[in-house]
Amino acid sequence: MSWEPVIGLEIHVQLKTQSKMFCRCAVGALDAPNTRTCPICLAHPGTLPVPNKQAIEWTIKLGLALQCEIAEHAVFHRKHYFYPDNPKGYQISQYDQPLCVGGRLRLPGAGGGDEIGITRAHLEEDAAKTLHVGGAEGRIHGASSSHVDFNRGGTPLVEIVTEPDLRSADQSRRFLQLLRQTVVELGISDAEMEKGSLRFDVNVSVRPEGSGELRTRTELKNMNSFAFAARGIEREIERQIGIYESGGEVEQETLHFDPTREDAPPLRSKEEAQDYRYLPEPDLVPVEPLSEWSLDTLRAELPESPAARLERLLSAGLELRDAEALNTDLARVSLFETLLAAGIEPKSAAAFVLNEVTRHEVDPAKVDGAELAKVLRERDQIPREAFDAAVAASAESGFAAEAYLQERTVADASELDPVIDRILSENEQQVEAFRGGKEGLLGFFVGQVMRETQGKANPKVVNERLLEKLRA
Amino acid sequence: MDTLRLTAEEAARLLDRGEASSEELHAAYRAAIDERDPELHAFLRTVDEVEGGGVPIAFKDLISTRGVETTAASKILAGYKPLFDATVATRCRDAGLPLLGKTNMDEFAMGSSTENSGFGPTRNPWDPERVPGGSSGGSTAAVAAGFAPWALGSDTGGSIKQPAALCGVVGLRPTYGTVSRYGIVAFASSLDQIGPITKTVRDCALLYRTIAGRDPCDSTTVELPQPVELPEADDLRGLKIGVPKELNEAEGIEPGVTEQVNKSLDLARELGAELEECSLPRSVDFGLPCYYLIAPSEASSNLARYDAVRYGHRAEGAADVREMYARTRDEGFGDEPKRRIMLGTYALSAGFYEAFYGQAQKVRTLIKQEHDALFERFDLLVSPTSPTVAFALGARTDNPLAMYLSDVLTIPSNMAGMPGLSVPCGLSEGLPVGLQLIGPQFSENTLFRAGHALEQALGFDFVPERLR
Repeated sequence: MSWEPVIGLEIHVQLKTQSKMFCRCAVGALDAPNTRTCPICLAHPGTLPVPNKQAIEWTIKLGLALQCEIAEHAVFHRKHYFYPDNPKGYQISQYDQPLCVGGRLRLPGAGGGDEIGITRAHLEEDAAKTLHVGGAEGRIHGASSSHVDFNRGGTPLVEIVTEPDLRSADQSRRFLQLLRQTVVELGISDAEMEKGSLRFDVNVSVRPEGSGELRTRTELKNMNSFAFAARGIEREIERQIGIYESGGEVEQETLHFDPTREDAPPLRSKEEAQDYRYLPEPDLVPVEPLSEWSLDTLRAELPESPAARLERLLSAGLELRDAEALNTDLARVSLFETLLAAGIEPKSAAAFVLNEVTRHEVDPAKVDGAELAKVLRERDQIPREAFDAAVAASAESGFAAEAYLQERTVADASELDPVIDRILSENEQQVEAFRGGKEGLLGFFVGQVMRETQGKANPKVVNERLLEKLRA
Repeated sequence: MDTLRLTAEEAARLLDRGEASSEELHAAYRAAIDERDPELHAFLRTVDEVEGGGVPIAFKDLISTRGVETTAASKILAGYKPLFDATVATRCRDAGLPLLGKTNMDEFAMGSSTENSGFGPTRNPWDPERVPGGSSGGSTAAVAAGFAPWALGSDTGGSIKQPAALCGVVGLRPTYGTVSRYGIVAFASSLDQIGPITKTVRDCALLYRTIAGRDPCDSTTVELPQPVELPEADDLRGLKIGVPKELNEAEGIEPGVTEQVNKSLDLARELGAELEECSLPRSVDFGLPCYYLIAPSEASSNLARYDAVRYGHRAEGAADVREMYARTRDEGFGDEPKRRIMLGTYALSAGFYEAFYGQAQKVRTLIKQEHDALFERFDLLVSPTSPTVAFALGARTDNPLAMYLSDVLTIPSNMAGMPGLSVPCGLSEGLPVGLQLIGPQFSENTLFRAGHALEQALGFDFVPERLR
């Protein structure tokens, strides 16, 4: 039997607002511990939340970018649990009336690509960070001491939940990359996994190919990179298939990865049914996005989506791999498109941007693409050193192709022909030998021409012209 | 200086005329507290520094005061000193009102007798064998006993109106959303309101004017649609007053209470008001049960923050964080908060939410609609504030349901978000009876006008007989 993976994602993105979600503390999760706190985010008695308008606006923008429906009436709920990272005893989140519902993200790819459903995107506050210091000798109960850093507590956090529409580890990786790109380009988050501003959990199950059922899923937590996640998903898919094929049943459980030890197998835990006792937050009034914002205005402010751009790159004839690599950087895409407009063939333009520009550590955003295109067009006509120098200098202000093109090789037949004719007439013996079958002598003639032209001749043209005359 | 009789308005006049300084006023009240509060225990703590040149004031101990211990009468908050002032405290500070001290209350405002305080009960100045009502019993007792010209209390199910009635003082529960809750130790967020407790209706209007209005720190507040007016008129001409029979004929209303209320209604008619019987059938039947789902649900959530991690009491010797939580909360909370946390946690549990909290919210909407409909016909509604006069200490402590019934007449309009004013209207068995005036949202000016006219006509002497 062949098996089909069914994968869904829950992605958390920290918004890079100036202040926290419900108080005026600066956002600064990585600053010295407990320096970004106030009575509100420390849940002192009597404090009340005041929502960050920017965070709500950005969530709406993200919703629009993901083609979600924006709620007319969105409600914050209290989600209760006791833990030191949760100072109020509840997290202010959203429950059955989130800001954004029912969207999708197009994932362009070979064969037209796929559409991945977005169940919802809602706004909440991040938890504080806890640090448990090792267990003392002989004690069963874990840590000897626990520390809490409340800097991160209260940072605006958007949770994006996808439909179980993903079908492979690689597709999941590509989706995460595109979603990350979308968030970054909206300017609402750094979405950097190393800094914790992007985190995600993966739900994985498998089913017989062609069946529409949803089987028991497992949840993969704490993955620290897209590649790591893809490997984890891959292994989990194989594990589940193995269980079914040996007649077993997959158990609902959570796999906790250790982000610092990628090689370590994940710890497994039973999924406990938590009762969060959701309660509409009585300290806040409902958000009315449609009356407080003009969605048309917000929509008009959206930049081109990375998905649309990827689609355009693919339709220009690029390989998915190259198109995705270009697409991670807006400046690369724009340099690529300038080169394309200047008549450079797509694949070589892409290869040039991905390889040469990167190799020379040139900032694609500063490159004068139109000038560079002139050099690129004459690439075969100038010496390698001159070309490299041109690429390296292409981001400097006042960069002009002309200076480098003056180095242009003698490639013009009208210039070369007299030189070739002279050399052939000066070496009649060798010409005879060549025509008698010693074609290895071609190198000798090329060498003569190159010496005569002081290396400025284009060897390719020299070859062509010589062969033509020798075989005449 | 006769602090028993001096109103805040008169005290302000003394200051204006230079006949007394703020320090002298403060000292006079502090002397009264020192002399007689050991008997009554209206204050949990007093303040020595006199800040501001105005008329001194006392705060219920759930109002955060920067640097001054604020416990909500709970052991779990013993020693907690806020880093900030509640917005109402800031407004009083801005108005130059020096703080006299923090008054006793039922723990986390849960109760109707101030016997649920973690630090011992307050006694009624009219009869120290009786309770002052609650949960703002410390504030109402302080005003009645001449320990403060005025005070702030908080009202969730009747915690200003009911103790005001039992102590023979004036208490306003404002329209929900007109007074900031920022810095108020929360009990039930959708019901909690801060309000004035005073000797006269004019004092009440003055203090309401000081504290009311939108606060950017409290998203549920609004700007007052019109400025607060100090009542002048001594008639009730043009006012249509509804007398809801369910509120006036409820089981358990003492005959002496009905008698005093009826006398006030006759007086109101003489002053020119038009009175008519009306009905609030669902509000009174369902008000109390719905309140006891909504308030404990929100309380179970609001009290989750007392976890010993950041402030307040921490149990010693716990082996892990779970045990620290459990033991801290067991040691720190009294019986009533525990009872309500359990009720609320249960009501919010998966599978019960819709049947309990969700259903109660729907009924709450019905209660509001029922009130709205009556206010299309009437300017005000009237009833007793409390079914009984002050009861003996200990009389209801063993029977939570009997205690809960103390608020049966104040809860319906609270659930509807409507303002209510309790004005003393006479004595029954030598103890004060309170008249409850209820108006539509933002009708405080009308309440003050009616309350003031009745107060003038009734001529009630707010000084407890035993202290005259």
